[in-house]
Amino acid sequence: MKPVTGIIDRSQEPMHVAVCVKQIPDPAMPGELDPGTNTLKREGKLILDESDSYGVEMALQLVDKAGSGEVTLVSMAPNNEVSGLRTALAMGAAKAVLVSDPALAGSDALSTAKVLAKAIERAGDVDLVLTATESTDGYTGTVPAQIAELLGWPSLTFAKHVDIADGKVTIQRQTEAGYDVVSASLPAVVSVTAGVVEPRYPSFKGIMAAKNKPVDQCTASDLGLGADQVGWAGARQTIVSVGAAPAREAGEKVEDDGSAHERVVQFLEQLKVI
Amino acid sequence: MRVWVYAEAEGDKPATSTLELLTKAREIADTVEAVYVGPNAEALAGPLGEYGATTVHAVDNGDTLAGVVGAAALASLVASGAPDLILFAQTYDGRDALARLSVKLDRPVLTNGLGLTVDGDKVRVGTAIFGGNTLIETEFEGEKPYLVAIRPKSFAAESGGGGAATVAAIGDVDAGRAAEAKVSERHVEEREGPKLEDATVVVSGGRGIGGAENYEPLVEQLAKLLGGASGASRAIVDAGWVPYSKQVGQTGKTVKPKVYIALGISGATQHLVGMKGSDNIIAVNKDGEAPIFGIADLGVVGDVHKVVPKLIETLKARH
Repeated sequence: MKPVTGIIDRSQEPMHVAVCVKQIPDPAMPGELDPGTNTLKREGKLILDESDSYGVEMALQLVDKAGSGEVTLVSMAPNNEVSGLRTALAMGAAKAVLVSDPALAGSDALSTAKVLAKAIERAGDVDLVLTATESTDGYTGTVPAQIAELLGWPSLTFAKHVDIADGKVTIQRQTEAGYDVVSASLPAVVSVTAGVVEPRYPSFKGIMAAKNKPVDQCTASDLGLGADQVGWAGARQTIVSVGAAPAREAGEKVEDDGSAHERVVQFLEQLKVI
Repeated sequence: MRVWVYAEAEGDKPATSTLELLTKAREIADTVEAVYVGPNAEALAGPLGEYGATTVHAVDNGDTLAGVVGAAALASLVASGAPDLILFAQTYDGRDALARLSVKLDRPVLTNGLGLTVDGDKVRVGTAIFGGNTLIETEFEGEKPYLVAIRPKSFAAESGGGGAATVAAIGDVDAGRAAEAKVSERHVEEREGPKLEDATVVVSGGRGIGGAENYEPLVEQLAKLLGGASGASRAIVDAGWVPYSKQVGQTGKTVKPKVYIALGISGATQHLVGMKGSDNIIAVNKDGEAPIFGIADLGVVGDVHKVVPKLIETLKARH
């Protein structure tokens, strides 16, 4: 009699997703430029960029769907800041790589991508990298595809839906006209648009567990990046002028007493749009 | 100065954002050329030439992502004679091409440009920060070519009266594993009325509309009655009420309509930067202290659920 053997389902291999996250000053607070360097002041408490919470949630859902695996956060900061990372760890990410180095201050998008690509390599065998489409504070919007180019991977950008099956990732990619269905084999980089999933709130248990999750802190030189490739030296650009934009004045303000719509109609008539 | 413009198409015509860049390029450069990735390059050569390009370097990307092929094509062109400056529109494909090219050439990028000045050999890009309250100019240092993305609507598109551009085919380009990203389906979303960026009237909704279910009856209905397009604040895009394509603001689209109507939008700086260039702004918000009233030409302190249905009724009665 033939022995009965267990069937191994190869589609259920563990999935390792790295999510690039940025810790930023609270966007609700007024921003300020450092008068010495003309760059955004990034001191004080930093929080998880809300744009990145969608990538974290998406990663957790994809790992859940795969049956096993884990989510690693990848981040860089000039000052050892971890409070934003703890938020994402509390949501369910397993660990983080934080590149923290004063030499990173002033880094532009390309330098940032170089650091993050090296940090992703340090995170181990990664199947998928998720990012936001752009950060809320710097919003250059090129880092996801720059990371992919540095890693030599496909990039599927501006995803509003993400699916993974049989070693392939398929997304709905936002276009000017609607959306395209785009696929590529893994490993790949996917940038997700806001609202793509609903980020979970960290549970109390998650918040407690996050305190003990490993954060691998390293410097730019640990990653083999020279001082000339990152920070001010790497940026190769300088802010030459800062000025106030022409102010726009407030006009007429009316309290609605039940007839304010009539004033709106009148205004639209004056403008000849109706 | 030699300038290349990364050209994009809408159907069989150049995108408006491409014509805006060509118009600006004509003003600052001695030589203007276009680099186009996609089908029907011959059909585009007329208008691209009319707006200033003498040559259009072209390659058809087939079903590969355009930006991936674009970056590889640009890198090979740069290797056989680099321009001083390459301009991209801040679009989905433009950003993909720019990002990958910056790695291939190891050059920094400046994006979200609203202005561009050339002074001898110096190239400066103007951008707005802090909700458009502060304007900064950033100058490139280091080696050319300089890589810049400009937000659509930053420059006017004006014909230069030139003849058709010469089409120069770019040979096969090798984008490596990046070229594995293939488009299998293209969905064109049904759109009634004008595009958000081109509309004369834009009606946008924010948190104050209360829920996703109120977007259609309040925002879309009003937009439709005014022959306009509907937009949104980041808050309701993040909440998943409407798609990202509707987002107006720093991380979304810039609009400059004749009339912008903000419904239930408080006016976070992230939103203001995308719409404060509108000719006229009307705001309806319950909170009289909302920052949106600081820039509104007509501000209505009131409940959108009361004011907007009456407004819609009145407009319908006039039709």
